[in-house]
Order: sequence, then C-alpha cells, then structure tokens
Amino acid sequence: MSESIRSDTDVQILDKDGSVLPDATVPDLDDDTLVEMYAQMRLCRSFDERAVSLQRQGRSGTYSTMLGHEGTLVGSAFALAEDDWIVPYYRDQGATVTHGLPLENILMYYMGHEQGSVIPEDVNVMPICITIADHIPHATGIAWASKLKGEESATVCYFGDGATSEGDFHEGLNFAGVMDTPNLFICMNNQWAISTPFERQTAADTIAQKAQGYGFEGIRVDGMDPLAVYTVTQQAREKALDPDADQARPTLIETLLYRIGAHNTSDDPSAYRGEEEVEEWREWDPLPRLETFLRERGLLDDEEIDAIEERNTEQVEAAVEAAENVTADPEEMFEHVYAEQTQNVREQQEYLRRLREEFGDEQLLED
Amino acid sequence: MSTDDTTPERTLVEAVSDGLHTEMERDDSVVVLGEDVGASGGVFRATEGLYDRFGRDRVVDTPLAESGIVGTAVGLAANGMRPVPELQFMGFVYPAFDQIVNHVARMRTRSRGRYSCPMTIRIPFGGGIRAPEHHSESKEAFFVHEAGLKVVVPSTPYDTKGLLASAIRDPDPVIFLEPKLIYRSFREEVPDEPYTVPIGEAAVRREGTDVSVFTWGAMTRPTMEAAENLAEEGVDCEVVDLRTLSPIDRETIVDSFEKTGRAVVVHEAPKTGGLAGEITSLIQEEALLYQEAPIERVTGFDVPYPLYALEDYYLPEAARIEDGIREAVEF
Repeated sequence: MSESIRSDTDVQILDKDGSVLPDATVPDLDDDTLVEMYAQMRLCRSFDERAVSLQRQGRSGTYSTMLGHEGTLVGSAFALAEDDWIVPYYRDQGATVTHGLPLENILMYYMGHEQGSVIPEDVNVMPICITIADHIPHATGIAWASKLKGEESATVCYFGDGATSEGDFHEGLNFAGVMDTPNLFICMNNQWAISTPFERQTAADTIAQKAQGYGFEGIRVDGMDPLAVYTVTQQAREKALDPDADQARPTLIETLLYRIGAHNTSDDPSAYRGEEEVEEWREWDPLPRLETFLRERGLLDDEEIDAIEERNTEQVEAAVEAAENVTADPEEMFEHVYAEQTQNVREQQEYLRRLREEFGDEQLLED
Repeated sequence: MSTDDTTPERTLVEAVSDGLHTEMERDDSVVVLGEDVGASGGVFRATEGLYDRFGRDRVVDTPLAESGIVGTAVGLAANGMRPVPELQFMGFVYPAFDQIVNHVARMRTRSRGRYSCPMTIRIPFGGGIRAPEHHSESKEAFFVHEAGLKVVVPSTPYDTKGLLASAIRDPDPVIFLEPKLIYRSFREEVPDEPYTVPIGEAAVRREGTDVSVFTWGAMTRPTMEAAENLAEEGVDCEVVDLRTLSPIDRETIVDSFEKTGRAVVVHEAPKTGGLAGEITSLIQEEALLYQEAPIERVTGFDVPYPLYALEDYYLPEAARIEDGIREAVEF
C-alpha cells in the first residue's frame, strides 16, 4: 500500500527516507522558510498531542486530530498570500493557524466556547465546517466574488475523501468550472472516512481524475511530502490568478496521505483497521522526512530542534492557558443571531437573565 | 413619492423585476443568480430585462443545482457581494435546505459577526396555478422555525417592490416568498423610484371590530373577499396581512386581537405545525383575557399538496374562510 504513494502520485519530491528523488525539483524557498515550515509542522504535532490529552483529561470536548496531515496542511498554507482565503473543515487547523488564525481559537472552539469562532479581521479564514462538503460551494462563491471584484486572491478549500461522495462536492466544483473561479480544492485523501475505506467511497481510481469532469486540472501529490504539496499549491495558485489562454483557473489537488490517528477522540480505529496498515503508512510520516532533508542540507541540528520544541511548547501552553481562562457567558448565545436583535431574541435573553438573577447559576444548572 | 397619474401600474411579478432593477442600479454588489434567470428572464419573467441591462456577470444563469446556487451565494455574500438567488419553485428548495438552515442562517452566529449572509433568496411559492407536482408547496414554517433567517411574503405589487428593496439591503438573509397565484392577478401603482417597505410590520388591510383575521400572501385576497361578503351579513372583520412572518409583528397581532377578542388565521400550508398554531399561541400568551372564542384555523390539509384537479378543494377560498370566521363570531 505504501508503495502506491510513489507509483500513483503525479508529484513527489522527497523519498520515504527524506532524500530528494532523482529528477525532482526542490521548491525555490530560502533556508529560513524551509526551517519555518518544519517548525510549523512540529507545532501542529505538539498541538495535536496536547489537544488529545486535554480531551482525555476531560478539559476539552471531542477533537479531530491531524496526525499525518501536517505535510499537506503546512506545505499548502505556506504557498498562500495573506489575501488568499481558506475555507476549512474540521481537520485542517494546521493550515488555518499557519494562515493567521490564533492557536487558542482552535482549543476554545473544541472546549465549546463561542469565542473560538472569533476570526481576526485581517485573517481570511472561514469558520470550521462540520457538515461534510457543504463548505465547498462556499469556497467557490468566495473565489467568484474575488473574481467579480477584480481582487488578486485565491481561495483554498480543504476536505477529505468522504466529502467527494457528497452532492455539494459536485456542485461546488461544477460551479467553479463553469464560473472559472480562482479556486484550489485540496482533497486530503487520508484513506478513511471514519470507518469507511477509500474503496467504499468511490469506484474511481483517484479523486484527482474527477476534475476532468469539471473541465479543469486534477493533480495527485504525495500528501506526506510538504515540499511536493507546496510546489503543487504554489503552481495551482499562480494558475488561478493568471491562467494561460484556454486554461481553467481551478485545480483539484488530491493529497495522498493517511490519517494516522483516530477520526476523532470518540473513535476507536482498531475496530475497523489493522495496526499493520497504520505502521506501514507511518513510515511516510512527513516530519522525519523533512527533518532528514533539512539535516542533510545542514539547516537543522539537534540544538535547533530542541529550540523549536521549546518555542512550540511555550506557544501551545499559552494557547491552553488562554483557552482555559475563557468563561462561558450565556449572553453570547443571544448575540450575532441577527445584525439587530429581534424582539423574541431580546425577550428570551432577558428571561434567562432574570432566571439567573433569581436562582443563581448554581441552582439553575443543577442536574 | 409620486402617486400622480404618471405612476405606472404593475403586476406583482413586474414589481419583482422593477425592484431588482432598482436595487441593482443602486448597488453594484447586487448579483442575481439562478436557473434561467438570464437571457430568458426567469420561468415567471421575474428577472426580465436584467440580463440586457446588467450583463452576464451580475445576472447569472447557473448550473441546475439548488444547493450549489445557495451554497455559492454564501461565499459570494461572505466576500462582500449581495447575492439574490432565485429558486424556481418551493418544492425544489429542499436540495438547498441544508445550505439555508446550516449555513445561510448561522453564518453570522458561527463567525461571531465576522461574516454574514446578506442574501435574498427568492422563492415563488403556493398553489392555485395548475402546476405540476412539487411546484405548489407552502412551507414557510420551515424557515420561520430557523433562527437567523427573516421570512417575508408580499401580497401586493407595491409592497413587493418595497419589501424586496428592504430584503436586499438587509444585513441578514431573507427568504422572500412570492405568491405566484397572484403574480399577474391585478395591477397597482408602483413608483419607478426606489422606496422601501419595512420588514417586520404587518398591514391592516381592513379595519373591523368583530373578529381579527390574520393571513399573508395569496390568501389575502380570498380573505378580503370573505370579509366583504360577511360585512353584508353584519360581521365586521379586521384583516391583517402579516407581510413578514419572521420576525413576526407581535404588536399588531395582539393589538388587533385585544380590539376584537376573536381571531381566525388563514394560510394555505398544512394545518399541523403551520404558523396558525404559532399565532394562536402568541395570542394566548399575550392576550388570553381578551379572548371571547376559540381561535379558528383555516388552512390547507395535512396531506401532500394534491395534483391540480384537486387543488381547489385543498386551498382555502372565500366560502371556507367565511365559514371559519362565522365559527369564531358565533361561538
């Protein structure tokens, strides 16, 4: 199975062991950027571990890990400009955080706090989408608006292989083809939609080939190779903003990777897949591969890795602290329903306020 | 505004078209999208003339896909446009229902105000035009139940243009339900210039003292007919056209009921779970002590909307409405 990564992908730069494949072109990134990319991937890994541990300790709700996805998420996000848009689902915090979303937002969201959904004004990231594939047409619409307004901005939408079975995948990509919008659709084909394997998701050989039905290019890339994902994303972005004559703007990028962890903290993957398969894919882990590449270039050593790890731990702990300091305020429930509060919402807010004053939260929330 | 002899008379569907023209002139970010809305001018001609005037970037014939139409409109709206998607018939809204309730309605909430979906989803609705299956439904209750949406139903050409302008300018998403039975039934003066009719305000179409009859959309006309017929029998009906179903004009409803002490709600949607139940409940919460009689509901039946040979039995018409009013008055 793991061999198929090499044989079936259109683009791969790093070999399984982190060496550069013969004939592969390493993207033209400066040394600092390459190390930053690695550091950001490590941050994702540390964050993931911490988020799972918080859930296990009862300090957070259900969390979806991105273990194994870091190469795709960080590699693609590094290819974006500040004005580009990210339209996420629930397993791509590595990309949204790289694009400027504060790390603590992710934790606050999973801890059930509305504040987690507050997106800074200068960060073009849409809210996490839990309903599968619904956000794909949103991404098409955002890119379409950018085109209508004449803005130099591409829109990247992330989703999993399961999402490609939904009608909205088809509708979103079909509209993008017809409207010729500056979209990058990144399907993280991680082999499992909860417990349903890829071969039960589609009879097609690849996700990438589906692009042909929409009149634009589809490309399959080793999704556990951050340099390959960066290259493909960067080229697709360039094409989205400045296509050649007779060339369509959108691209469907299938990043072939593996969800090493469970679907989320409520899922037990041992019920539907063998550890052998997981171990086989783990050998393609994007972190050691990029690490070897950087070490061989003399850009990284143990000391630098320790320093990165220290910085990451500090950043994750700061996020945990910030998220855990948030207090749930029931008033928030009634805010942002409409631009101007309606009579019903206002009266219901006042009713809850009166109850809280009369009985106190403790008595009110008693089981 | 001008109400002199030069004010043109328009049908309700012409008022839709004129309203879209006027708002697209005012605001470059308004785009109309949907199936057949472009060169053909829409299956009901509601978008007639827009394509020639504003071009294919702003009057967009989309692929045939309701979820795609509303879903892309979410992105358009979040990124600064004011989309006005058209769904051809209410029975075809369901593929887009997920987008409407899960995203259009909630985008403001789930982005804590960063993004909103200022869009006006136009849906011709209701029966009585001998349409095929799935073309005549009246499911306004689905949308009223969903927080984050506004639901507007005009019943006159003048209101149509003014309410449509308010809907398009509204910072929140509006489900704009057009009663297609009366698209071309009558004309009234509709000024060329821009004007608005506020969302959230009912209109008292006929003042009366004996009983309040609450209705909206196409049912306003048979209700008015019933009221006039009963006036000859000495029953003085007050007819309230709600115009906006969400947020509903509680004050006008309660004031009217406090005056008459009796109420009838008329709608063509099925009875169970229909808005008549909500309005009845509202009255009982706020004006129980004024109540002189059970509140009557004159509605469609709890059956799937029938094929057209039977639709005249399904839809409330004047005689049935009169019967309901008599029940309330004679209790």
